[in-house]
Amino acid sequence: MVQTVVFIVLAAILVGSALGVISARNPVHSALFLVLAFVTSAGLWILLEAEFLALVLVLVYVGAVMVLFLFVVMMLDIDTDTLRQGFVRYAPLGVVVAAVVVVEIGYVVWTRKLGVTLGTPVPHAANYSNTRALGDVIYTTYAYPFELAAVILLVGIVAAIALTLRRRPGTRSQNPAKQVRVSAKRGRIRLVKMPSGHGRGGEAP
Amino acid sequence: MSELLTQLHAFWSALTTYWVSLPFGWQLTLKSLAGIVAIMLPLILTVAYLTLAERRIIGFMQVRMGPNRVGPWGLLQPFADVLKLVFKEVILPTNANRFLFIIAPVISISTAFAAWAVVPFSNGVLLSNANAGLLYILALTSFGVYGIILSGWASNSKYAFLGAMRSAAQMVSYEIAMGFALVGVLMASQSLNLNDIVLAQNGGFSHWFWLPLLPLFVIYFVSGVAETNRAPFDVAEGESEIVAGFHVEYSGTAFAAFFLAEYANMILISALAATLFWGGWLSPVQGWHFLEGTSLAFLMHTSFIWFAVKTCVFLYAFLWFRATFPRYRYDQIMRLGWKVFIPITILWLVLEGAAIVLKIPPWFA
Repeated sequence: MVQTVVFIVLAAILVGSALGVISARNPVHSALFLVLAFVTSAGLWILLEAEFLALVLVLVYVGAVMVLFLFVVMMLDIDTDTLRQGFVRYAPLGVVVAAVVVVEIGYVVWTRKLGVTLGTPVPHAANYSNTRALGDVIYTTYAYPFELAAVILLVGIVAAIALTLRRRPGTRSQNPAKQVRVSAKRGRIRLVKMPSGHGRGGEAP
Repeated sequence: MSELLTQLHAFWSALTTYWVSLPFGWQLTLKSLAGIVAIMLPLILTVAYLTLAERRIIGFMQVRMGPNRVGPWGLLQPFADVLKLVFKEVILPTNANRFLFIIAPVISISTAFAAWAVVPFSNGVLLSNANAGLLYILALTSFGVYGIILSGWASNSKYAFLGAMRSAAQMVSYEIAMGFALVGVLMASQSLNLNDIVLAQNGGFSHWFWLPLLPLFVIYFVSGVAETNRAPFDVAEGESEIVAGFHVEYSGTAFAAFFLAEYANMILISALAATLFWGGWLSPVQGWHFLEGTSLAFLMHTSFIWFAVKTCVFLYAFLWFRATFPRYRYDQIMRLGWKVFIPITILWLVLEGAAIVLKIPPWFA
């Protein structure tokens, strides 16, 4: 009963914020609606007793990905008028893509519903740890797919860095190790011994 | 007198029967609410006196008195400050985003307080004995950055925006090192539950995780200082460059909310450092049998006092840092986070993994 109410509230906020993502005029508001959508879906996962997935969703998507998104979006000066110029031209293509996605989702939901009789899910015991259960499966049954995914992500990271790393000549970047090693005796200053009163000007005043 | 007592007794028994008659859901809700109040009130008081302690301690370090006028030894100073802030006007800057401007301090303060739900104060004394407590804390602290970014952007001010950008980049960078340090704790304790993590350190001073995880411990605390934007990592506020950073446009209670959130986060980082690396509520002299029978035997018991003392040590370190170190330059902060801390944590995780496989005593046996 309580769970149904919580589910309905969370689902309503989730759908509302998802609509907000695509309808908000300000891109910062869109990004924030996306954050809200992530948080509410994390709530739904907690309801499904998948607390590890829920917290990782918040940690990774809300805590890292969306922060960087916001970071970029806030710095951009987006002119919405130029963005809207091609709307009518590209609208038919958009409708086709949307229709395909809707049909696909509908097909999956429909066949699932036809094939399987859904029983009432049984809640796990209080000492059930979603983290442990996931770890047990990931490192045994699905070890290779898991490692494959990790390698693909690593390649993605390397590729992103390789694409953006440019060696620009003439930058005045610092080398802290070199700075720390500096000592006055190794060629930084030259000590000159000079008897007093024999400077270049002749006699001392 | 006895009549009053019987009335009180009757009232009490009526109350208990009413409590028993309540459905389980209501009992749970009421218990949780009582727990939240029992954590929040002392926490807010601690924040109030932490501000006073900070000003007094830094005052002594800089050979001056600090605030000592309001009440004996300045003890009423925090309340004077709060009164002043509450009666000030909250000013909304021109063209500021009204909703986000107001919601930003609320996000800051609520995440700073919500993380306390899984912190164990004594054996089993915690609001939520969540299995994934450590992850919950990481998730919530990563949420805190939104308060800062939003306040900077919604203020419609260049200084606030610069401060928010600096702080966002800094918090995201140090979160990674912090997360890796926590992974080390998780590997050593085999648990994400904070109460179980403390229990895994059972056995006195040398069994706590600070010794086998010494680099991770140092990195965790330094990252914690960076994460809370405290000196010497306070470029996000940078009074001398960008006035006060992200909260420059805030006044009155909205400013007080940011202030409260910063100090609550400091206490949280200290409490977590105590819990994860210094054995939480465990006694440092646990297992010193020669103390038994003497008047010092009480020191061997686990208690909330130990937790509080350890937290205070870390809090003092926060203040000490502020009085001691000059502010880091921004590129130095980034270098320290990405090029020094993250490689060290990864290296130590590998070493720790090897130690766990080889079952090196006494920690990984």
